[in-house]
Amino acid sequence: MARARGYDEMTLDDGAIRTAYERIAKWLAEAPKDLLASRHSHAELMFRRIGITFNVYGDKDASERLIPFDIIPRVIQRTEWVQLEAGLVQRVNALNRFLCDIYGAQEIVRAGILPRDIVETNPYYNKAMIGQKVPHDVYVHIAGIDVVRIDANDFYVLEDNVRTPSGVSYMLENREVMMRLAPDLFADHRVAPVENYPDALLAALRSVTPTDGHEPACALLTPGPFNSAYYEHSFLADKLGIELVEGRDLIVENDTVFMRTTEGPRRVDVIYRRIDDDFIDPEAFNPTSMLGVPGLMRAYKAGNVTIANAVGTGIADDKAIYTYMPEIIEFYLGEKPLLKNVPTWRCRDPDSLKYVLEHLPELVVKEVNGSGGYGMLVGPHASSAQIAEFAAKLKDDPGNFIAQPTLALSTCPTFFDTGIGPRHVDLRPFVLSGANGVRVVPGGLTRVALKEGSLVVNSSQGGGTKDTWIVDDGYTNGNGFQTQSQSQGLGFGQSQSQSFGQNQRQS
Amino acid sequence: MLSRTADNLYWLSRYMERADFLARIVQATQRLTSLPVDYGQPRQGTEWESALASAGVEEAFLKTGAPMDEASVVEYLTFSVDNPSSIRNCIEYARANARSVRTALTIEMWEAINSAWFELKRFEQINIGRSRFDREELTRFLDFVKKMSLDFDGCAYRTMLRNDAYWFSRLGVYLERADNTARILDVKYHVLLPESEAIGGSLDYFQWTAILRAVSAHTAYHWVYRQSIKPWLVADLLILKMEMPRSLIACYDNIVYFLDALGRAYGIQGASQRHARNVMERLQTATTREIFQSGLHEFITTFVEDNSRLGETISAQYLVI
Repeated sequence: MARARGYDEMTLDDGAIRTAYERIAKWLAEAPKDLLASRHSHAELMFRRIGITFNVYGDKDASERLIPFDIIPRVIQRTEWVQLEAGLVQRVNALNRFLCDIYGAQEIVRAGILPRDIVETNPYYNKAMIGQKVPHDVYVHIAGIDVVRIDANDFYVLEDNVRTPSGVSYMLENREVMMRLAPDLFADHRVAPVENYPDALLAALRSVTPTDGHEPACALLTPGPFNSAYYEHSFLADKLGIELVEGRDLIVENDTVFMRTTEGPRRVDVIYRRIDDDFIDPEAFNPTSMLGVPGLMRAYKAGNVTIANAVGTGIADDKAIYTYMPEIIEFYLGEKPLLKNVPTWRCRDPDSLKYVLEHLPELVVKEVNGSGGYGMLVGPHASSAQIAEFAAKLKDDPGNFIAQPTLALSTCPTFFDTGIGPRHVDLRPFVLSGANGVRVVPGGLTRVALKEGSLVVNSSQGGGTKDTWIVDDGYTNGNGFQTQSQSQGLGFGQSQSQSFGQNQRQS
Repeated sequence: MLSRTADNLYWLSRYMERADFLARIVQATQRLTSLPVDYGQPRQGTEWESALASAGVEEAFLKTGAPMDEASVVEYLTFSVDNPSSIRNCIEYARANARSVRTALTIEMWEAINSAWFELKRFEQINIGRSRFDREELTRFLDFVKKMSLDFDGCAYRTMLRNDAYWFSRLGVYLERADNTARILDVKYHVLLPESEAIGGSLDYFQWTAILRAVSAHTAYHWVYRQSIKPWLVADLLILKMEMPRSLIACYDNIVYFLDALGRAYGIQGASQRHARNVMERLQTATTREIFQSGLHEFITTFVEDNSRLGETISAQYLVI
């Protein structure tokens, strides 16, 4: 079933081009192949110069790699985006309510909607958070919700990333590179800007400061230069205008967090952390952690610092909880989910396990707590030995796995050495929550599986990225669009052309 | 030193700085024009008109009869032979000035400007031989212009003797830079917001962002203010912040410094020194609140006039006597 021709976002089955892609198609058709190739290598050069690299774990030789960038942008129409955006806002609202409840009254368990053991035996259910209030009840300040399309109608949520989702620096840098690479395309399309993301993120972080009365001081806590996403950490701190700190730069005194500065200790109110819960405070969690800040949890529990995302959010992007998301949305919001879940078999349930074991070659099986494309089986692409090995794992610990049908992810035109062809894509929009609600910057990170037929888009598994454009529907082109009738223009901008005149004697 | 030599050095620096500014104006305008309809739609053509107004060449452009569109305006600002302030002419004039004071330049400075000129000729050939407006080529050209100006500036800074030759060349840089910073702030005034768009709305936001980017101050803004883009803070940064290397006050700090150096070396203070100190004093006592109350555009207009008057005064005192 994975082999069937999926939904292509540019081309209809009869070869015609969808409206949204008309000018992209023309742009591609008009460019000789060597021009595309030179744009491609130019892009790579720019990324190298910017220094946007990531580290691959388990690959010593290529520890600083560029994520391949595809020069063909992905286009999503405004009307489609508006739908998707509403669904994302709804979903993140529900996730925040869910976390608040699960660490509080647990009404969803008492109502019998979620089995108690799925919560309490979950490794990401953080007992230190039980009964803990967080400012404005916001747990998930930054969410990266992975969505895919399989047809023209719906977006499906593949997973909710609500711990420390990464990739937003690519969303921003891809746009900058694309604007330089293809200025013509930008003149022809009115693409929604994404450059306000850092501002929106900073506003969200500032809004959840635990203490009023002074300017909130924010800092980004990174594990350091050896982390795979270090480039992104430094990039974001710079764009936000906040300090990039490591654990050793912070100290806790009187349950208050300070950073060590040349002018002495300076109070920190909001920490945007890119370190996992386990490593955040050796006093409270993993005692061997060198990355964390001893006493941070004490300060957090005393309400003297806000940690974003909140500690304990991991439970909400657990794949077992994922299967309950439609119920979770209905329970808290009383609304039907706007975005669909991918149908999922919970292997903890014996009937599902039986079905999954019988259909392994056509399913995707994932570890409940895995991420980054590690520890998963893509049935249609697996050898029989791999399938047998996975079957054994499954039988051994069924509760640790879920299975999904192999989705025929939509494809987008993608450039590679020998030409242009359709490749499977997903999309990670970034959703921000603060005291003033939830917002999504129009766009996101499109990841593309560069290998023909491959469905794995993770960068650690050879995926690439694309710039993602939200464009207005029905916009014709640079010359033909509507002009407004107001004509005060000339009188308004009284010109002042004197001063350049003074030097014209020069020749 | 010879007045003529001083004059050449001063204008050489001004033209190199201006070329850079024009490149930045074009890039900022391109960015403004690609904002989506959803963020409001300025009347078509307003952005390019505004670019011309900021560069102070709107009337001259209108006289050419060329249509007010991207291709014509960009051509006028970049390669036009008829526009005395086109990038092409700036580089031409800069080189002409450099040639006539070749011995007052260091080898590095001369090579920087001379190789920039050859590169310009190459771009001009491409431009002439082209059948249609080519944005990708334009991007490469504008990048080259910005790089060239950095290169020249760096050569002058690192290799010139610190004597009056250097001071005159620096005066050219800072006078021009102050003028350009003021003008770029004024772009926002000339771009019309659509009727439906409230000041402070999204389009307004992205326009201010484009202005900051145009002067490479987007990141600096965040480090200084640690909050989202506000018009009065942008103005504060570009007018009144001493830390911002191209703010009006930072430019005038330098202008006063180099004029003083000349005054001390020649043993005489004159109209230039007095005028520069006056402008500086006004900047030191100004506040953004005041500036916005009496109108940012009006403030900028006055400043640009004052700044040109300083240029004239310097000419009269030192260069054309």
